[in-house]
Amino acid sequence: MGIEFIYPEFEVVRNPARCIACRVCERQCSNEVHSYDPDEGVMISDESKCVNCQRCVSLCPTRALKIVKSDCVPRENANWQADTIREIYKQANSGGVLLSSMGTPKPMPVYWDKILINASQVTNPSIDPLREPMETRVFLGKKPRKIKRDENGRLITDLDPQLELSMPVMFSAMSYGSISYNAHKSLAEAASKLGIYYNTGEGGLHEDFYVYGQNTIVQVASGRFGVHAGYLDAGAAIEIKMGQGAKPGIGGHLPGTKIVGDVSRTRMIPEGSDAISPAPHHDIYSIEDLRQLVYSLKEATQYKKPVIVKVAAVHNIAAIASGIARSGADIIAIDGFRGGTGAAPTRIRDNVGIPIELALAACDTRLREEGIRNDVSLVVGGSIRSASDVVKAIALGADACYIATAALLALGCHLCRTCHTGLCNWGIATQRPELVKRLNPEVGASRLVNLMTAWRHEIKELLGGMGINSIEALRGNRLMLRGINMTEKELEILGISHAGE
Amino acid sequence: MSTTIIASKYDHAGINRKIREAGGDCEITGCLGERFIAAGLESGHIEIDGTPGNALGAYLNGARITVHGSAQDAVGDTMNDGEIIVHGSIGDAAGYAMRGGRIFVRGSAGYRAGIHMKEYREKRPVLVIGGVCGSFLGEYQAGGIIIVLGLNGGGKPIVSNFPGTGMHGGMMFLRSDCADIRFPKEVKARRATRGDLAKIDGILDDYCAVFGLDKAEILDADYTVVVPDSSNPYKQMYVAN
Repeated sequence: MGIEFIYPEFEVVRNPARCIACRVCERQCSNEVHSYDPDEGVMISDESKCVNCQRCVSLCPTRALKIVKSDCVPRENANWQADTIREIYKQANSGGVLLSSMGTPKPMPVYWDKILINASQVTNPSIDPLREPMETRVFLGKKPRKIKRDENGRLITDLDPQLELSMPVMFSAMSYGSISYNAHKSLAEAASKLGIYYNTGEGGLHEDFYVYGQNTIVQVASGRFGVHAGYLDAGAAIEIKMGQGAKPGIGGHLPGTKIVGDVSRTRMIPEGSDAISPAPHHDIYSIEDLRQLVYSLKEATQYKKPVIVKVAAVHNIAAIASGIARSGADIIAIDGFRGGTGAAPTRIRDNVGIPIELALAACDTRLREEGIRNDVSLVVGGSIRSASDVVKAIALGADACYIATAALLALGCHLCRTCHTGLCNWGIATQRPELVKRLNPEVGASRLVNLMTAWRHEIKELLGGMGINSIEALRGNRLMLRGINMTEKELEILGISHAGE
Repeated sequence: MSTTIIASKYDHAGINRKIREAGGDCEITGCLGERFIAAGLESGHIEIDGTPGNALGAYLNGARITVHGSAQDAVGDTMNDGEIIVHGSIGDAAGYAMRGGRIFVRGSAGYRAGIHMKEYREKRPVLVIGGVCGSFLGEYQAGGIIIVLGLNGGGKPIVSNFPGTGMHGGMMFLRSDCADIRFPKEVKARRATRGDLAKIDGILDDYCAVFGLDKAEILDADYTVVVPDSSNPYKQMYVAN
């Protein structure tokens, strides 16, 4: 208390006229905010522990609870906002590096919201997706530069390995360890029902989920956790993780306290041992070295699987993408700086990297200019929030999108941004059995299927409105986009005209 | 005996195809930098004449490889099981993230040998370098055993700069008093006791048998053992924000 005291960020407002002291809130809160006072026969709360995850609010049978942002804040001014002041206090109290979860909450520009989509009027007919077929299927992988025929004139159809997606969205990498068994199972089940893919992240593949292999992308990161021949064979594609949008340039560190039971078994490291993913792959110092890892993976899997290289969107991303395309990778995944994370240093998350929209446009342009765009597919993530974000990304040049935060929201995440505590009340970012079981994987999978089904309908409607009947015909079709409230330079990088032009 | 593969006839994909066709047992002659040989291979014994290229035995999963010559970078990358024996020297980043099996090298190793080696249950990887090692030996080591013998080191220190940086598991044995070696604060380096050396006795038996060396002579020296310092762990101090 005293100099170290930081006033709680949230207030727990309990309506005494409604509260029946059933103690559901107490049982539901892993942060131990609520408790029962037997002397007074009432529920009391310690709001200093509240993270505003809305679990108690959602489960209260009489709607007696609400959580509100406290208006008791330090005296702010335009330069010293309450969050900034609190961060100083936390560091002065502890001497620690600030650690945050999920995507940056800072008011960084969201270019998706400054881009508008075209529609047909009068001179070119729009298409009604309820009446006419619309193709949302895409194939990811290296495309041939030209059509080849044998001596009899027949087409040679031996393509490089491709991933077939029923719609241009996949669930991006979240490791088992950062999220729970039930969260992984929900994603795997949904991906398999939808005909898309989920991604193991760098924590290995749980033995129960090998059955979803056809819809699984297995990741290889600098720590190589759980990577062995069987794991590489299990997936439909292999992703080399070079970077992550929320924390470009740094590695990962899952503390030994989280390496328990199945997480230890899946990562193939002893219980209680720290799982350290070094910032770089220490065998990769050049595009040539990257090519070596790409090809060693291809050799180990006999060229049957596409290899994805995932990088964070950073300043020279276009040149980096060009290098990756020449490394032999089949797919480049670019993660923008608004992307989520299970834990990242706050300063890195909020200050390093560039927005995915600019990175995507720059990479697509560069690869086209160099005549190598068809050598790779482009997948983008780092805050894709809706079907319209997907459509805009495709029109800017992406082949498909990665979503993670949106998928977690479908699973019950309330974006309280405290994944790093491991106390997720929604059973997602936790390994505590009593919390994990709160997420029913069947319910989770069906909610993910709902979300993707809804997006697919919306994508079709947006396509139909433009008079386009397939995703393929939208890709890189920047004429379908217009910008608002942007500078000439921003429009130039995005390669789109201003609204009204 | 087994199939003979003439390396110059094929590219790396072709060599690996031939190895699989041979069921693993084969001899590769005239090897001249061909990469990824035996990637992910589960069984069989491959004898190589010449100099295999980078990533020899990457993801190796049980097969045995013997190189009658030197090998290049990334020998045994992410190896899970099996054995790689190199009669010459090897390049950088040998045994990267190796989880199981053994790599025996008669000569020396370049930079970053044994980086991020790890162990799990019955899997305990072993990397033995007969000569000396470059900088960053055992960086981020998380498990397994690294042994450097310093034989025929030509007056070079047994290991160059920054051995064991970020080490958080496993053990490293250096056949030297290491008086001139600086170790980072996250490891403890001390004179190996008889009890410590007993842990590598069986490994040295096998190593000496493979290369025809005299074990008594090899044991007749000071050894330094390096382990993580649990009171000074490799981690960052964080505060939840």
